[in-house]
Amino acid sequence: MAILTYREAVARGIAQEMERDESVVLIGEDVAGAGGVFKTTTGLLERFGPERVIDTPISEQAILGAAMGAAMTGMRPIAEIMFSDFFAVCWDLVVNEMAKTRYMTNGQVTIPLVVKSGNGGSLRFGAQHSQSIENWAMAVPGIKVVAPSTPEDVVGLMAAAVRSDDPVLFFEHKGLYSSKGEVPDGPILDELGTAKVRRSGKDATVVALGLMVSRALAAAEQLAERGIDCEVIDMRSLVPLDAATVLESLGRTGRLFTVEENPRMLGWGAELVAIAGDDGFWDLDGPVVRITTPHIPLASADSLEDLMIPSVDRIRDEIEQAMKG
Amino acid sequence: MNLPLSNHAYGEHDLVMPPDDPTSHDDADIPLETRLRMYRMLQEMRQFEKRAYDMFMQQLVKGTTHLSLGMEAVAAGFGAAMRSDDYTFATYRGHAHTLARGVPMEGVLAELLGRANGLLGGKGGSMHLTSVEHGVMGSYAIIGAHLTIANGAAWSAQYRRSGQVAVCFFGDGTTNIGAFHEALNYAAVFRLPVVFVCENNQYMEYTAIGDITAVRRPAADRAAAYGLEPIVVDGNDADAVHLVAADALEHARSGAGPVLVEALTYRHGGHSRADPGKYKPPGELEAWLAYDPITVYRGRLERLGVAGADIDAIDAEVASAVDEATEAAKNGPLPDPQAAFTDVWADGGHTWRS
Ligand SMILES: Cc1ncc(C[n+]2csc(CCOP(=O)(O)OP(=O)(O)O)c2C)c(N)n1
Ligand SMILES: [Mg+2]
Repeated sequence: MAILTYREAVARGIAQEMERDESVVLIGEDVAGAGGVFKTTTGLLERFGPERVIDTPISEQAILGAAMGAAMTGMRPIAEIMFSDFFAVCWDLVVNEMAKTRYMTNGQVTIPLVVKSGNGGSLRFGAQHSQSIENWAMAVPGIKVVAPSTPEDVVGLMAAAVRSDDPVLFFEHKGLYSSKGEVPDGPILDELGTAKVRRSGKDATVVALGLMVSRALAAAEQLAERGIDCEVIDMRSLVPLDAATVLESLGRTGRLFTVEENPRMLGWGAELVAIAGDDGFWDLDGPVVRITTPHIPLASADSLEDLMIPSVDRIRDEIEQAMKG
Repeated sequence: MNLPLSNHAYGEHDLVMPPDDPTSHDDADIPLETRLRMYRMLQEMRQFEKRAYDMFMQQLVKGTTHLSLGMEAVAAGFGAAMRSDDYTFATYRGHAHTLARGVPMEGVLAELLGRANGLLGGKGGSMHLTSVEHGVMGSYAIIGAHLTIANGAAWSAQYRRSGQVAVCFFGDGTTNIGAFHEALNYAAVFRLPVVFVCENNQYMEYTAIGDITAVRRPAADRAAAYGLEPIVVDGNDADAVHLVAADALEHARSGAGPVLVEALTYRHGGHSRADPGKYKPPGELEAWLAYDPITVYRGRLERLGVAGADIDAIDAEVASAVDEATEAAKNGPLPDPQAAFTDVWADGGHTWRS
């Protein structure tokens, strides 16, 4: 067992897979010599050499295209898009190419690749370097989407993503890079499409993702002192979506809350709430509540950003209010 | 200061006319066997696309299709030069490039008809022809993307030391999208074994390329920016293309890095089936029809002593192959409705939730 930071866990996960499989290679801007702008790939160049860990030009389309073409022809590339906001300049490759080529070719082409990217806010980077774009990704059939919240999950889900034969967008939360957690020794392999119950509770089901998981857990502790016992689920993966775990929990608690960093409209929680309406309706004892960032771009000032992204206090208060009805 | 393009105005580009000497490559060092193969390919492409056009008119082919009538020599010249395990990356205008790799006509035609015996089971259509077993790694319909994807296949070949080359075909209009420039720089930086082939048919959709491009030669004049040689070839002479293709493939295969080729040609028809091509200035189409890649090549074979009857026999064989493919395509079943739900994921399915 070791205590690793989230960013160290990213490098550990990639190294584990590169060690295991020669077809795993890494490309991106500043990922090799500099070890990544977020230092998530430190040491990989030294360990695996310049043929497998490659610094690219600032060419997001070329990066994703290279990853896709290589994946179609026998490799398992990992590509980095530095900030998830930059997917906007190469979204064609994701949405039109990676997501659809297998389908359009009637299964002739397999695209086993991972695009890792720093996602989310809380670092005061302003509206173009703070977005939570996981909901863009989950809107496109053909792309798998994961967003781990702990170092251990980072390693295991990175391994699962690399071994997946489908294209996977791997969202690292920038606000979690310096967070720490225990990671078991030895190889770790997790499973895509599985949520995890982080805290058991009997009164309400609170579903969160990424940075929101730790905040939801902190809110749950405070709510417990006020007599509300929350079950907190870390969604971890949006595509596939582990609706079963959420519905099962809802069946026991009767109440559903989502805690989402993405802007409100069509956030991942909206889909989950719709599923609860379809398949969990008779379990619901009260309104479902989505606690989200408002439908606005994020401001850079710390005071404003903190007001917009769900905080522990806001999560606690909104749940308490709804539960007391 | 008088910048080179300071008097460039929309609509004022010069007409680009075809070469006037169809004999220029009569003496090229190309075995007759290869030449006959290329002639057959030209005929296959031409007759296939004419049939596809007719079937459109009969409303058997739905949606849209983009014909390369008049541009076949590019596909034939490269097709005959490529190694069987080389990769082709084509565009929505990809029928000829697909046939050039030996993909049977039936599957291609059936795909246009949306039948289960189509190359893609009816799930891709005319714009996405793919046959991995023939090295056709796909036909791509969003301008620019496939240049970057071809780089990836070339990178993989380089990494695996397989000696394969990726050949990527695209149009003149494509030289004005960012992905073109990203892809060329990327390929040059990593010395990827990729050959980029710009089929300069002088139009991007309905607009003359000269009216919306800052340089006269859309690909060749950009080559220097990426440390590449400017290579322009007569895209209506299959022999000229073949020689350039062989050199380019050899260069890329040897590890010397990417090649950018601009093949000058002309699209006889409109951009897609909806387009009558009314924007073409008087005299242009006529001049290029007179320099048709098939008549150019047939003339050469005759000058080289191939009997007219032997050439006619090839034409007739191709015609009956097209007829057979037409029947097989027409008789193909519609796709099973369940097919719409397969192959979203590698496990064959489409499930997104538990
Ligand atoms: C990104 C993008 N923009 C626009 C289009 C629409 N479009 C389809 S074909 C085409 C013209 C392309 O011209 P060119 O590259 O010369 O190829 P050609 O059709 O002449 O073979 C355009 C604009 C597209 N498919 N993708
Ligand atoms: Mg064109």
